[in-house]
Amino acid sequence: MENALIFFVAIPLGAAFFIPLVSLTLKWVPDLLANAVMAVLAAMAFLTIGQAGVYHLGGWGTHLGIDLRLDGLTTLMLVTINTIGLAMAIFSVQYMAKYTSKLRYYSLFLCLIAGLNGIVLTGDLFNLYIFMEIVAISSYALVAFGCEHDELEAAFKYAVLGTVASAFILIGIALLYAILGTLNMAEMAVKLAAGGMNTPITVALGLFLCGFGLKAALIPFHAWLPDAHPAAPAPVSALLSGVVIKTAGIYVLSRLIFNVFTVQLVPDLLSILRLFGVVSMIVGGILAIGQWDMKRLLAYSSISQIGYIVVGLGLGTPLGLTGALFHMLNHSVFKSLLFLNAGAVEYATGSRDLRHLGGLSRKMPFTANMALLGSMAISGIPPLNGFWSKLIIVLACIESGHPWLALAAVVMSLVTLVAVLKMLKHAFYDESKPVTVHATEVPLLMRTAMLLLAALCFVLTLLVLTGFRTPCLIAPAVDALSAWAGPTAGCGMGI
Amino acid sequence: MEYALCLVLIAIGLYGVVVKKNVVKIVISLAIIEYGINVLLVLIGYRSGGCAPILEQGMTAATLAVTGVDPLPQALVLTAIMINLGMLFLMVAICIRLYERYGTFDITEMRRLKG
Repeated sequence: MENALIFFVAIPLGAAFFIPLVSLTLKWVPDLLANAVMAVLAAMAFLTIGQAGVYHLGGWGTHLGIDLRLDGLTTLMLVTINTIGLAMAIFSVQYMAKYTSKLRYYSLFLCLIAGLNGIVLTGDLFNLYIFMEIVAISSYALVAFGCEHDELEAAFKYAVLGTVASAFILIGIALLYAILGTLNMAEMAVKLAAGGMNTPITVALGLFLCGFGLKAALIPFHAWLPDAHPAAPAPVSALLSGVVIKTAGIYVLSRLIFNVFTVQLVPDLLSILRLFGVVSMIVGGILAIGQWDMKRLLAYSSISQIGYIVVGLGLGTPLGLTGALFHMLNHSVFKSLLFLNAGAVEYATGSRDLRHLGGLSRKMPFTANMALLGSMAISGIPPLNGFWSKLIIVLACIESGHPWLALAAVVMSLVTLVAVLKMLKHAFYDESKPVTVHATEVPLLMRTAMLLLAALCFVLTLLVLTGFRTPCLIAPAVDALSAWAGPTAGCGMGI
Repeated sequence: MEYALCLVLIAIGLYGVVVKKNVVKIVISLAIIEYGINVLLVLIGYRSGGCAPILEQGMTAATLAVTGVDPLPQALVLTAIMINLGMLFLMVAICIRLYERYGTFDITEMRRLKG
């Protein structure tokens, strides 16, 4: 299995290069190729379940070359990225027909997927920075894809803030390299544990918190998200909100905090995380209620849900980590579903302003039902998946002695319900407003993508049946965070 | 001292990003930040009086390890320059499109997105 790891990056990158070459003459190639690539990647991601290993790129040893590393957390992220990516590729076939250039879209889309897979696989900090920039550049371009006023303005804002964040992260990496003399994360962890903290390392950690906090859109650094996510085409908004902020932000933060710096080294770190998390949870949720743009409402709610995940991580207990990672998986499913619903509404009516929509449940019963399901999942109504992950986070808060955090999580769950009910009422169920006459149900492939994600909302519920504290797929990821499980963990030779 | 100058360069760039109103000047400021970081990276690998990390004829690996500068940050800087170039192209392209749409480079006049 280790030798196949590089294909998670190589296949989408190769396809991204290949698509523009052949599709100028053959118009059907981008759709088919992109979907085939995503289907293969999703299948490969499921094959990595239960596997672990390290692949040395080019056969160079750990302290000379770059490692790709597969453990429980990587598997969880790979499954999330590639499954959601497959649903988005299916949705894009008919949705993107209204934009002019499908081949450029799919090319950028596959670059984005390659970057995301690279981020979760690599064991080398500078390599991680490169993959992060691949993700960043392709997502700036995808946000600007419509080339209208809003899209360009949002993309510019996103690009400026994203570049500053990347700059911070690069300075942090430079400082760590200067002190530790290695870029491999496993070796860094060993050297940090041996050498302890000092001022430059603390500065680097602060820079990482700001940089990855901005990528994850935690509340003081969130300004770009409510502009950038609605401006992108619907499948890309779903991917940005569902996967990108988690991979480039939360995944890397948790990897660095739990595996490289380790909690024992910096005890205050967890309370900082909890503070970020609870502020994001509350402010994001409240701001979501005030929005009238359907996708903007969902984007603010993403900030709030990211807050839940960060609170769970900040508890640092196994149950907290289980809740956080489970919620990360769940949120990527139902938030993508809701963004696709918003995209379907925009596709059918040409508008996503809740003040102008209404009564769509008659015209688009399928989309309305899917939106209802997604809304129930995100606001934590049993037996859907969102309920279980929120329940685990709340229980973990109580267990580790933070009853106020538990209260905030429960209350914000209600606030989320209010926000999504507002969306449901104004878009689908409000019969009093003039119904958009020409709206018809969206085409088959778009419905298929929504149905796939809605089915996942139910399937993920089954995970808790395998063990409430240790659901399968999640438990290995928690183990990976709790202890660095890599085979080279004992190798502290360095340069 | 040299490290402080790098930080000054980065700080000038950050100042430009925060204060300037012209989108092109913001892009230039971002480029200045990146230059500052690249110089910082090269400095980290430098040792005073060190030679270029090239194994010449009649030189053993051990002597190179003692006299040469660290080649890894130089490789990193090359990669970082590539990434910055792509970034810069994309940003300039967005600026051109923004000018087409709004007829101005002034960021204070591009205020469609709020809240």
